[in-house]
Amino acid sequence: MIYEPSVSAAVIFFVFVGITLGISFWLGRKATDAKGYFAAHGQIPWFVNGVAFAGDYLSAASFLGICGMIAFYGYDGFLYSIGYLAGWIVALFVIAEPMKRLGKFTFADALDAKFQSPGIKLAAGISTLAVSVFYLIPQMVGAGVLVQPLLGFPHWAGVVIVGVTVIMIVVTAGMVSTTWVQFIKGTLLVIFSAILTVMILNRGFSVATDEQTGLQTIAFPDGVPEGWTRFVDEEDKWPNFIRFKDESSRIRVFTQYDQDTDQGRKTWLLEAQYTSTDKDGTVFVNGEPKGKEKGEPELHPVGHIRKLPGGADKTGPLGPLSFFSTLLESEVVLWGSEKINESDDKTTTVYFQKPTPGSQVLRPGEHPKFKGIRGKDFIGKLNFLSLMLALFCGTASLPHILIRYYTVKDAAAARKSTIVGIGSIGFFYVLTLYMGLGAMTSGGMDVTNSNMAAPLLARSMSELLFAAISAIAFTTVLGTVSGLILASAGAVTHDLMSSFFKIEMDDHQKVRVAKLSSVVVGAIAIGLGILFEGMNVSYLVGWAFSVAASANLPSLIMILFWKGVTKQGVITAVVVGMVSSLGWILCSADSMEKIFGMTASDALVPFGQPGIVTIPLGFITLVVVSLLTKKPEPAVVA
Amino acid sequence: MQTRNSRMGLVLFAVYLVLYGGFVLINTFSPETMEATPIAGINVAILYGFGLIIAAFVMALLYGVLCDSNDEPGSSKEDDQ
Repeated sequence: MIYEPSVSAAVIFFVFVGITLGISFWLGRKATDAKGYFAAHGQIPWFVNGVAFAGDYLSAASFLGICGMIAFYGYDGFLYSIGYLAGWIVALFVIAEPMKRLGKFTFADALDAKFQSPGIKLAAGISTLAVSVFYLIPQMVGAGVLVQPLLGFPHWAGVVIVGVTVIMIVVTAGMVSTTWVQFIKGTLLVIFSAILTVMILNRGFSVATDEQTGLQTIAFPDGVPEGWTRFVDEEDKWPNFIRFKDESSRIRVFTQYDQDTDQGRKTWLLEAQYTSTDKDGTVFVNGEPKGKEKGEPELHPVGHIRKLPGGADKTGPLGPLSFFSTLLESEVVLWGSEKINESDDKTTTVYFQKPTPGSQVLRPGEHPKFKGIRGKDFIGKLNFLSLMLALFCGTASLPHILIRYYTVKDAAAARKSTIVGIGSIGFFYVLTLYMGLGAMTSGGMDVTNSNMAAPLLARSMSELLFAAISAIAFTTVLGTVSGLILASAGAVTHDLMSSFFKIEMDDHQKVRVAKLSSVVVGAIAIGLGILFEGMNVSYLVGWAFSVAASANLPSLIMILFWKGVTKQGVITAVVVGMVSSLGWILCSADSMEKIFGMTASDALVPFGQPGIVTIPLGFITLVVVSLLTKKPEPAVVA
Repeated sequence: MQTRNSRMGLVLFAVYLVLYGGFVLINTFSPETMEATPIAGINVAILYGFGLIIAAFVMALLYGVLCDSNDEPGSSKEDDQ
């Protein structure tokens, strides 16, 4: 698709970022000591902290990734919503109050409260860094994705803008400004998502005509226009498609679709879209050189309904429940893609229509990553269980969420803010299903990029809403990234520098070290964000959750509930959980393909999501090592 | 350190674990169950999914209410650092 940068969008966007930075500078004057910088003096009101939880947690992955996944595959994306929210139950019921009681600045404090061991600080500090950096990747990728259509900048520019802005927020005022940025962002995200949902319901569904989609539907064989000839090359590399040369000699590609109707079986040809790049790098779209401006050849925006219940053309406004019952009986066009190597230096990607019954769109197991649950193969089922387990356990182990327990005054406030957090996050997740399905049927999707679904849905409503949603999505990235960078900076300053290397620092030096490490972590995040362009951000976040849950959860839980834990047990469990889950991810089929450029069959592990193996492994390690090292000599030094 | 609050938290956690575990297991081993449409023409996948989100909020509120009336002073005292 060609994205036309819009002036109103750019203006709203910069106003947003400007205000956010302004608040940050203004509030930052107060935070000069360590307690203020890392924990906002523990003075954040619980309600604000609760909404800030939502702002912290509802990252680019939630907003862009989940909506995109629902828009392209249906219900499966919503499984992430359910898992992400369920994780908060672990956080509230099990972790929240002990965390608040035991710690001061970082979650390593809580782990270490009983042992005072520099080794635990080191392990927990490194795991905080690993999880945060991992979690930063999808956020930065999301930022790049957003800036492209909004301002017309390339992906890397988006990543750099976010990186630099966030570094400025974190460096100026630490936790105080970060909290307020997250509060503003959380509020806006929930409110605007609700507005968008109401608009979706008001618009209802309508069947798209060929004029609207820009794609031809032909009754086969009688409806083929005169002057068109079948086009077949000698070695047929297009076995799944039917191709014609039209009256202007342009190659048109179709897929065949058979449908049983009251009048017997009917065959339709549905037009596909294709892009190819030849050896001198010219990009062709549907057989013509790709244009640069609106109106010139480009891929048509997609996402439409083919049939509504009772053969209606449109439904009119729908209720929150009839929205689903109507869709369940409709037929939606999803899109598949296939790569065809036409010659050594010419590859073509074909995007083709897949008419899908609504009942199939709204059931689990349609996304390639979730297909396993419909198969007979147990490995596919395990992969799914593993992901759902990691989502459940991951939230309560995310360092940037855990540090938010130190910004309120007591355990009661920590609890209340978690409840507010669950309320706003849960409400937002309910809306993701409406937004995703609304996007699926909006006629405005970019067939090449699922991460853009939510902003493009807004654009199908109005340009102004598009600007607002994009700006919010962008501050979404800012809020989450600030939290992550702050968590990393806290880990470096408290856990590594002052606890492990025993560097004596006064408050001002601590804050300076934290600011310096924020810059470094920010720079690393910028680099990784550019490197990982093009992966669905939700899937990447699934990995971050796995690492967090494997490394941190076993120790957090066991320290709370088992008296026999030893410091060696904690250290080994954190290290083993972190290394095994990271290692598993790097050896998985997805990494082989998308990072190392090898084929999926080179994978060393049977499925992609490590959680179901590495989380229990963390627990077992902790118990075994603790038993082995029980009652150590009092004089032993770690 | 195991206060009444923590015990109640664990009980509620166990209840939710059963709800969530049920959802995940049905999805994994009997995905076709999710396609049934028992109420208002809406399938189990959506009903159960929304149900889980609403249950999380209701249980969180319940926990908040019960905790506040019970050992509030205890938890804030322990909080002093």
